[in-house]
Amino acid sequence: MPGLWLVLIVLALAIAGYVIGRQRALQSGGGNSRALHSLPRFYGWNVAIKVLLPAFIWLAVWSLVQTIIVEKTVSGIIPKEEITIGLEGEDLDLALKVIDANHSLRMAEMRRTAEGLNYLIAADLLTEDEAQNLTLDKVDVEKLLKDAGQVVTGEIIAPVLKASQRKLALDKRADIMKSIFIIGVALAFFIYSVLQSHKDYRARNSVEFMILGLLVLMACIAILTTVGIVLSLAFNTVEFFSIYNWTDYLFGTTWSPRSGAGTHQPLGLLPLLWGTLYISIIALVVAVPIGLFAAIYLAEYASPRVRGFVKPALEVLAGIPSIVYGLFALITVGPMLLDIFGNSGIGIMPGARSVMTAGLVMGIMLIPFVSSLSDDIINAVPQYLRDGSYGLGATHSETIKQVILPAALPGIVGAIILAASRAIGETMLVVFGAGAAGKLSGNPFEAMTTVTAKIVSQLTGDADFTQPEVLVAYALGTTLFILTLALNFIAQRIVNKYREQY
Amino acid sequence: MYDVPNTERDTTVNDIKISANKVQVYYGEKQAIKDVDCEIQDKTVTAFIGPSGCGKSTFLRCLNRMNDTISVCRVEGSINLDGEDIYDKRVDPVQLRAKVGMVFQKPNPFPKSIYDNVAYGPRIHGLFKTKAELDDIVEKALRRGALWEEVKDRLGDPATGMSGGQQQRLCIARAVATEPEVLLMDEPCSALDPIATAQVEELIDELRSNYSVVIVTHSMQQAARVSQKTAFFHLGNLVEFDDTSKIFTNPEDPRTESYITGRIG
Ligand SMILES: Nc1ncnc2c1ncn2[C@@H]1O[C@H](COP(=O)(O)OP(=O)(O)O)[C@@H](O)[C@H]1O
Ligand SMILES: [Mg+2]
Repeated sequence: MPGLWLVLIVLALAIAGYVIGRQRALQSGGGNSRALHSLPRFYGWNVAIKVLLPAFIWLAVWSLVQTIIVEKTVSGIIPKEEITIGLEGEDLDLALKVIDANHSLRMAEMRRTAEGLNYLIAADLLTEDEAQNLTLDKVDVEKLLKDAGQVVTGEIIAPVLKASQRKLALDKRADIMKSIFIIGVALAFFIYSVLQSHKDYRARNSVEFMILGLLVLMACIAILTTVGIVLSLAFNTVEFFSIYNWTDYLFGTTWSPRSGAGTHQPLGLLPLLWGTLYISIIALVVAVPIGLFAAIYLAEYASPRVRGFVKPALEVLAGIPSIVYGLFALITVGPMLLDIFGNSGIGIMPGARSVMTAGLVMGIMLIPFVSSLSDDIINAVPQYLRDGSYGLGATHSETIKQVILPAALPGIVGAIILAASRAIGETMLVVFGAGAAGKLSGNPFEAMTTVTAKIVSQLTGDADFTQPEVLVAYALGTTLFILTLALNFIAQRIVNKYREQY
Repeated sequence: MYDVPNTERDTTVNDIKISANKVQVYYGEKQAIKDVDCEIQDKTVTAFIGPSGCGKSTFLRCLNRMNDTISVCRVEGSINLDGEDIYDKRVDPVQLRAKVGMVFQKPNPFPKSIYDNVAYGPRIHGLFKTKAELDDIVEKALRRGALWEEVKDRLGDPATGMSGGQQQRLCIARAVATEPEVLLMDEPCSALDPIATAQVEELIDELRSNYSVVIVTHSMQQAARVSQKTAFFHLGNLVEFDDTSKIFTNPEDPRTESYITGRIG
């Protein structure tokens, strides 16, 4: 039975449960809702939630466990037959890693084949028996799948086909058991909670409790996924440093990865970090004054009508995806700068991609971010401070300079740091605007690259996750993560301090 | 001005400092002050009393054009300071406010040091040439504000760390430091405890020897304690304006009487 049907049946049970639970409770109170402990709808919800929640939780758990067990069972069919006799030490380690990698590639192919066969069965191109009896010597399975529009990336060898057939069979049996089990759970809870629906049952408290549970569950999912991401980052970073010297990474001044060059290639962080910081600084030099002055104008001088128009407009600007700014950098700003500073002009700019190009456009991108945050902060400065200043005969601009900005300063600094952490994490714009070569240079018109851009390039294409030039992406990710985390932490501290100020 | 020997303080006749004629104030369409005529004497404490929302603050804020900072607010009629119309186009409200200082209901020291708070006005108006002169101005103002002894050792501390009463006296000192001629106070004690209130009231009485003070208060006892003249406002009208002793013992208007005996308010 397809999963969709299962979900629909459980939903139908829940809806029926709502109606019946409500009805039964009302009946037990003699049709008078005032005789009930809770409002009638709580009895309905009590049944509905008790049907839905356990059924879906079990569905999730079952599906997960089923995948794991089936994979484990069939993985034995695909052999790990590579020869490791005679290998020792590092070479043996490497060989084992290669074997593991090959095995996981074949497992992936097996999953795709199983999916493809499934599709063929669903589309009535094959019967289930035919699918189970396919052999490579009689049928060109690859062609069959490709003709049906399915993805085939690797070569389908006999063990892969066999494993996928076994997976199909196992999954089919497990799916039937799953459906029976889930419907059983839903029915059991349905009966249990319908029987509960009596006028004395404290349905409101029960519903409130279950809602609390649901919210806690969601919060846990949010936290656990974050923890999972950080852990996988950390795990792979440790993996990288186990095959690559950490001082070479942290203090290396050249970045030139070569695929297959092993542990002796230069993967120095410094050129990338320098590019990141250089671009970010230029971006902030552009964004902070413009954004701040725009915010002062908006908060202090603009009439409500101008404000009502400009503020949403700025927020629209803030919503433009960074790839659009990247195109702007590539097509407009880069060539424009090249006209002035390139070989036809001053002659210090070799190409359209440069730190300056990316920095300028990133600055433009950050203006609405800075101005919108600063505007809120300036508006939060209490009116009585302004009155105090006007009451002493200060002019508007004196009041802004002497009272409002000093009072708002910590908040504004917080906003600037947030903008900085955005600049450091920006990727698409840099890929388009700054170039791809890691370089330590003071000339802002030269192409450089950043940490984020290199993470992208190290992981695209044929990524072999045993090689340092690929794994370094995780180290770069960790570096970036620590950098922005520290910046956000500082910003948070400053913003909190500012809350206590007045 | 020469001294006229006079034993009864309430009947001393001083020069007219401010005179208002047919003042109307509107917030948008709504009229908050209707036809108010009022003369405020120099070296006198004048109290504005009346029920909440009757326009006391609004009228007070007309006297130094603080209402200019509210965009919907419109003032008609004329208000003269030393015979000059303060709503005349040639008058700069910024200079006017240096002459007519203001103390607000909620103590509002700037988030700066005590010293910088007092020095704020003198710095803006360039009232000194050397640092020593500024130190002198600050000390004098703090002495006038009856605060010097308490803060002289910690002038660099943030003003927001002081108690409410100290903050309000600091605000008075801050206003005094620009050497105004008139001091407007809008319920200056409403956020203070009784002891701090007593200190501020004492201070107001001392300030009378140098300035013309106008104080809005919702406490009739306070008006009776600190003022020589009292104006009673009701629904935007100035109902009665006379010597404080007369208002509180023998009011002419029945509305004044019901207010001071507690029947309206
Ligand atoms: N900024 C403002 N905008 C609109 N109406 C206001 C404003 N300030 C005061 N008012 C109105 O003007 C009237 C007088 O207010 P106010 O002078 O503050 O009274 P009081 O100080 O005597 O309590 C009130 O009705 C009030 O609602
Ligand atoms: Mg008021």
